[in-house]
Amino acid sequence: MAFIKEFGCWLPIRAVTSEEAGSWVGADSTWVKNVSGIEERRFATDEDMVADLAARAGNDCLERAGMQGKDLGMVMVASGSGERTFPGPACVAAQKMGASGVPALDLTMASAGSLFGISLAARLAAQLGPILVIGAEKMSRIVAREPQERGVAVLFGDGAGACLITADSGKAEIVDSVLNTDGSFSEDLTLECDRPIKMNGRSVILQASRKIPAAIRSLLEQYSIDPPDVLAFLMHQANQNLIDRVADALGVPSAKFFSNIRKYGNTSSASMLIAAAEWSREFGFEPGEPVIFAAFGAGFNWGALLARGV
Amino acid sequence: MDRRAKLIEIIQKVSKQDAVPGADESLFESGLLDSFGLPDLISALEKEFGIQVPDSDLNPRKFDTLERIEEYLDSRN
Repeated sequence: MAFIKEFGCWLPIRAVTSEEAGSWVGADSTWVKNVSGIEERRFATDEDMVADLAARAGNDCLERAGMQGKDLGMVMVASGSGERTFPGPACVAAQKMGASGVPALDLTMASAGSLFGISLAARLAAQLGPILVIGAEKMSRIVAREPQERGVAVLFGDGAGACLITADSGKAEIVDSVLNTDGSFSEDLTLECDRPIKMNGRSVILQASRKIPAAIRSLLEQYSIDPPDVLAFLMHQANQNLIDRVADALGVPSAKFFSNIRKYGNTSSASMLIAAAEWSREFGFEPGEPVIFAAFGAGFNWGALLARGV
Repeated sequence: MDRRAKLIEIIQKVSKQDAVPGADESLFESGLLDSFGLPDLISALEKEFGIQVPDSDLNPRKFDTLERIEEYLDSRN
């Protein structure tokens, strides 16, 4: 048994409007909003590294939980935008949080990394102790790479989210999860060293539109829960149109899918946890009520996780 | 109604446009379909022709023109 004890997040101060981002690729802000729902995204400073963002979100989570870095049994950092191949940001983030000596694991997975991290942490927390799962991305460094593509440059933002998983108590019990990977489509969304992101948007949207609802539905069916009976859906914030489509496929109103993509854009592996942190502060778990987490990303990797308020 | 006419009807409904695409005209390049219209098109094909398109067949190129859609439907019969 494992629990979600607390969430945390950190967003850079600098807001970049869709008017500014669109100007880099000859797109107007109305087009950007229509194709993605994004009005602003946050960009970190040149000095900030992924590990800095991760540590700030992690510290926010630890402070809210009344814990310190040294209390942790493991740190996981999911990121697809780490500055170097090795070491990844997890070791530096752990050190910055006062968790030196605590094993720190990098999950080099874009978009779905934090979901995979929580699912793994739920299985490991009883053995290792409290596990801090962080999603942190500095996408601004990547979208600046030439040649900038119209369909990519305007989508992404920087930020970090965190979630503390414990074996004893928390705000919600993690009931179960489904994780999937299919490398058949690995070439449809890639990021190579010092190159721009390559994305076959049609394939990504098509696959995500089908796989996310299917994963959620398969998980809910195991527990005889109808989608409309879910309290809230906390999904990777990839694109508002995709969120709306997944809601429609499940037969639930889009309002049940918490969304902050308008403010932050797509922050890849950080987005689901940033959304969870904001949702938790604004609404929060209710006793016995199911909440679904879901994500989809490069690989393709995708899945869903079911939690119930305590 | 023959299959070609039915496909055109489905494409027009999904795209919310009255244009009639040429047999080998790209539905994407012509502006009839975008990334979010494609899942709707495939769902409509599944419903109309009583098939289930497996994830391994979810390649946008298979559904890019009327001819390719027909080739795909033929392959499923």
